[in-house]
Amino acid sequence: MKKIETKQEYLDYVDQKSPNSPILKNCFNAFWVGGLICSIGQIIFDFCKYKGFDDTSCSTIVSIILIGLAALLTALNIFNKIGKFAGAGSLVPITGFANSIVSPAIEYKSEGYVMGVGGKMFTVAGPVLVYGISTSIIVGIIATFFV
Amino acid sequence: MNKIGNQTIMFSNPPYILETSSIVGPKEAEGPLAKYFDQCLEDEFWGEKTWEKAESKIIKENSNAVISKSGIPATDIDYCFAGDLLNQCISSSFGLREINIPFFGIFGACSTFVEGMSLGSVFIDSGAAKKVLCATSSHFCSAEKQFRFPLELGNQRPPSAQWTVTGSGAAILSNDNIGKECPRITYITPGKIIDMGVKDANNMGAAMAPAALDTLVTHFRDTGRKPSFYDAIITGDLGYIGKEILIEMAETKGYNIKKNYNDCGVLIFDKEKQDTHAGGSGCGCVGSVFSGYLYKMLNEHKLNRILLIATGALMNSTSSQQGESIPGIAHAIAIENL
Amino acid sequence: MEFIQSIDWMQLLRCFVVGGIICIIGQILIDKTKLTSARILVIFVTTGVILGALGIYKYIIDFAGCGATVPLLGFGANLAKGAITEVQTSGLLGAFIGGVKASAGGIAAAIFFGYIASLIAKPKIKKQ
Repeated sequence: MKKIETKQEYLDYVDQKSPNSPILKNCFNAFWVGGLICSIGQIIFDFCKYKGFDDTSCSTIVSIILIGLAALLTALNIFNKIGKFAGAGSLVPITGFANSIVSPAIEYKSEGYVMGVGGKMFTVAGPVLVYGISTSIIVGIIATFFV
Repeated sequence: MNKIGNQTIMFSNPPYILETSSIVGPKEAEGPLAKYFDQCLEDEFWGEKTWEKAESKIIKENSNAVISKSGIPATDIDYCFAGDLLNQCISSSFGLREINIPFFGIFGACSTFVEGMSLGSVFIDSGAAKKVLCATSSHFCSAEKQFRFPLELGNQRPPSAQWTVTGSGAAILSNDNIGKECPRITYITPGKIIDMGVKDANNMGAAMAPAALDTLVTHFRDTGRKPSFYDAIITGDLGYIGKEILIEMAETKGYNIKKNYNDCGVLIFDKEKQDTHAGGSGCGCVGSVFSGYLYKMLNEHKLNRILLIATGALMNSTSSQQGESIPGIAHAIAIENL
Repeated sequence: MEFIQSIDWMQLLRCFVVGGIICIIGQILIDKTKLTSARILVIFVTTGVILGALGIYKYIIDFAGCGATVPLLGFGANLAKGAITEVQTSGLLGAFIGGVKASAGGIAAAIFFGYIASLIAKPKIKKQ
């Protein structure tokens, strides 16, 4: 091995020394868990439709049920195990959004119900709402020019 | 006591390490060093309501344990040096608020234990103190909460991430051995802050390895010793990645440490069975491994000369959010059966 | 049961595959870029809003159903769709109302269930 003189040489060396994530295995797990969560959503959707709800209501019911399930699994300390196994498979569906709201709420309970649970609830998911809602408002403003 | 070379202190009357004590959490108790620890906890809360309270209790009970093991009354201890990872070192100050010993709160990240022993040794050899208590702690859950994410968040840990040890180490240093045979601190080499630009908070070993290298090389240059002089050279929490980096980089500097070098973060967990990725970390890692395992090895003369280099990553969650790189530090102490 | 007979299995397969592929994209982002999960969620929701606004995402929804609506891209697309629809009925005011209105169920559920969960659950360590 040759001598390392500069920071850049060291960073390159560290990159080469650090193990990579097992990306194929991770992608495979993400694929089938993510697909499964979406399929559960689809079955709930079809059932609601079968019961006579319109498309928009069906979608909302799917979101609420999946979020409720994710919250329950988070509270039971099961979701983090699924997340460790599935990575993006449970993060990218709406379940990941729910988990990122529920997990700080539980963790910061020790700091009280107002500033702990209430205040810290959005530490991870807050940015999702900020960027999602803000972008949608911009989209809406642009849309007014086309109406 | 005098300074030799660039940054090493040689003690004229090397302080004794009179007694040590260690407490670890349940995961550490499943690891390969379980039988060496004084106390293993069954759950991370230890009957407390919060992770922070649990960590304070760990350092408190461990400090009381080392005092009672040593057989000397608490009133005979002149000063105590303690620190941990939580903001403003609250585990130590809350845990030791009832101990009634003059207190120095210190922060050296995961190198705190050896920093405390270094300062304590100087106090003793200078005559400023006769007995000094050094203690440190870390807790996986309180550290995750402060530095990373809530425990319930379903995220994946990258393979280079290290696992913060739940545990505490405590030692009593003394100017006389009260008739016991115990190892002594002969040299200390306090380290410089070294930053090689690593920004990835999930690769602490790589961030700290250059500091460990600097202290290691400086120690050998200052003392004129060679790596083979020591039965074991032990770093604090470089983990698997940092360990390999240190071995290779030491070789380019002309020091072959392959044979007698290991790392507390590597020793404390079984990588395959415990899924701890790159190994253990945290103040409690070097603290509990030294107080539990290495001190017993020294007492049984299975090891007679060790160089303990505790490493620390001097960052916080704000600095890493602001994209700052992670400065590393490493303090070395030579411990010998004379 | 009549409902089970009514399930469109091809539709379910398309849902599974598309949902899975969207998750693979997320996984590649996690492993290759070292982005934190918060950033990945932001990227997905913002991309979803843009794809929804451009009218591209509705084709994916038509093809894959919940495979497209359940991932956060769908959440984003729904925000955009809501804003645009509301603008058509109530003008500029709709830009501010539409997005949140369309996704109110999900957001409110997450907050409410999060609060309930914090009442009943105690933080626990990951065993592994």
